Amino acid sequence: MSGQKKDNVAAYLFLSPWLVGLFVITIGPMIASLYLAFTDYNLIQAPQWTGLENFTRMLSDQRLHNSLKVTFTYVFVSVPLQLAVALLLAVVLDRGVRGMAFYRSVFYLPSLLGSSVAIAILWKQVFGTDGLLNQVIAPLGFDGKGWISDPSTALGTLVVLNVWTFGAPMVIFLAGLRQIPAMYYEAASVDGAGPLRRFASITLPLLTPIIFFNLVLQIIHAFQSFTQAFVVSGGTGGPSDSTMFYTLYLYDRGFGNFDMGYASAMAWFLLVIIGVFTAANFVASKYWVFYDD
Amino acid sequence: MTTETLPRSVPATSGTTLAWRRVRPALTHVALAATAVVMLYPVIWMVVSSLRPGNEIFRDPGILVRDLRIENYRIGWNALTEPFTRYLLNSAAVVLGSIVGNLVSCSMAAYAFARLNFTGKKFWFAIMLVTIMLPIHVVIVPQYILFSQAGWINTFLPLIVPKLLATDAFFVFLMVQFIRGIPRELDEAARIDGCGKGGIFLRVILPLMVPALATTTIFTFIWTWNDFFSQLIYLTDPKMYTVPVALRAFVDATASTSWGSLFAMSVVSLVPVFLAFLLGQRFLIKGIATTGIK
Repeated sequence: MSGQKKDNVAAYLFLSPWLVGLFVITIGPMIASLYLAFTDYNLIQAPQWTGLENFTRMLSDQRLHNSLKVTFTYVFVSVPLQLAVALLLAVVLDRGVRGMAFYRSVFYLPSLLGSSVAIAILWKQVFGTDGLLNQVIAPLGFDGKGWISDPSTALGTLVVLNVWTFGAPMVIFLAGLRQIPAMYYEAASVDGAGPLRRFASITLPLLTPIIFFNLVLQIIHAFQSFTQAFVVSGGTGGPSDSTMFYTLYLYDRGFGNFDMGYASAMAWFLLVIIGVFTAANFVASKYWVFYDD
Repeated sequence: MTTETLPRSVPATSGTTLAWRRVRPALTHVALAATAVVMLYPVIWMVVSSLRPGNEIFRDPGILVRDLRIENYRIGWNALTEPFTRYLLNSAAVVLGSIVGNLVSCSMAAYAFARLNFTGKKFWFAIMLVTIMLPIHVVIVPQYILFSQAGWINTFLPLIVPKLLATDAFFVFLMVQFIRGIPRELDEAARIDGCGKGGIFLRVILPLMVPALATTTIFTFIWTWNDFFSQLIYLTDPKMYTVPVALRAFVDATASTSWGSLFAMSVVSLVPVFLAFLLGQRFLIKGIATTGIK
């Protein structure tokens, strides 16, 4: 065997578990789900080819439209809020506060807990009628209410939960802030720039690649949120479908009603949405992301 | 904010500036500490409430325990058809299998991508990067059909086998990034000493990539422990429930009437995550800063 051939054999041996996984667990099922998206399939009878019917059904499915509205609201409100808080605290911590490592850990911890069922259960209590929040605000003279049982505020409690997990993007911002040379700030100070000016003219532009990275990541992540809404609403997406995330509705169709063809069509539509948003982000980034080199 | 322009308008030695320089760090600390308290308060309150008699949970927003009761834990532990020990062991089995799977298969793939030259390398690497972004939803329905035809529903295999096949591609990426930082001269020296590619991987690369392996272990631990969606789908027999699925069943069973025991089991479920966080902080922070995983 020639050298290159030998190299190929060795490399593909090392790659073999990943390659098997790629074809059997990822690409195969992707092709299958693309096929199922054009069928009616309930797991028991063989899939029936129905052409575009699942997609035309999506066009007139009011619950699906509502779930899109809920998901978009969630993404557009919670992601910018979460990133703003993350950036603010990263900048404060980066100034070399004593005990920085301690604060960083404390702020980061919710990112690890936030996706758990346990925290969703906690949230359900905190924002319930007898919940912690109402107990805290009652002595201050505010009238409490069932934040989770009221359709106008239920989604807001999940937004708060997502903002609460700002620690992960904060850590990425901190890593980015470290890359900014201190001499830029020194030079700006000598020229008389105050902290706000330095932030606007140095920190923000030099951090745009990191902001972009976090934005893309958190948007993809937020579109796929499931656990919190599922647990808080008892799997119903209620009250009045106000927390019916797209993924929750997909689960409801596929695994609640064994409407597998429709669920597959929904999954592909989700992929398209995420793809379009990511692509749009990349296109828009040309106008606001600043690369130093 | 007039203070922002102080360094320019007022000489640096002036009293106001000095006072401000002393006060500002203190104010920052107060603000940071307040933020930390607000953030952690609900979790601390949950721990405290899990030790209280049920009716107090609805009255007391404080975190002092006057009447310590641990029976919430006893009641919660036996509230479902199986004792909670069972769910903890089930979760432990899934987590352990996932960790082993990710460590072995992702490190092998990463070594190939970072160190070996082969036909189609760029193509496969690009595919690997794309799969990181792929939502699980586009594969979950056929995967479910596949695993159910294999008779794997209500076993841990649908949760572990994909990890053995390196489907958590971000760990491949993380390890590739790490291996690229290891000097190639070490591979060369080992090769001259007669090591083959397998030998270089096992004796040179693996021992040097322990930090990346630790990061992978800790993230796999926490994510798998917290994972709900796939465990909910594949585990429907109460005997096979993992901790998150059991907790959710508990919520449904009690209709949230016994917050005390529900909180008690929630606390139990968070303890392993918290311990992993304490032990692995360094690796967690590094891992997230370099790859953006969370």
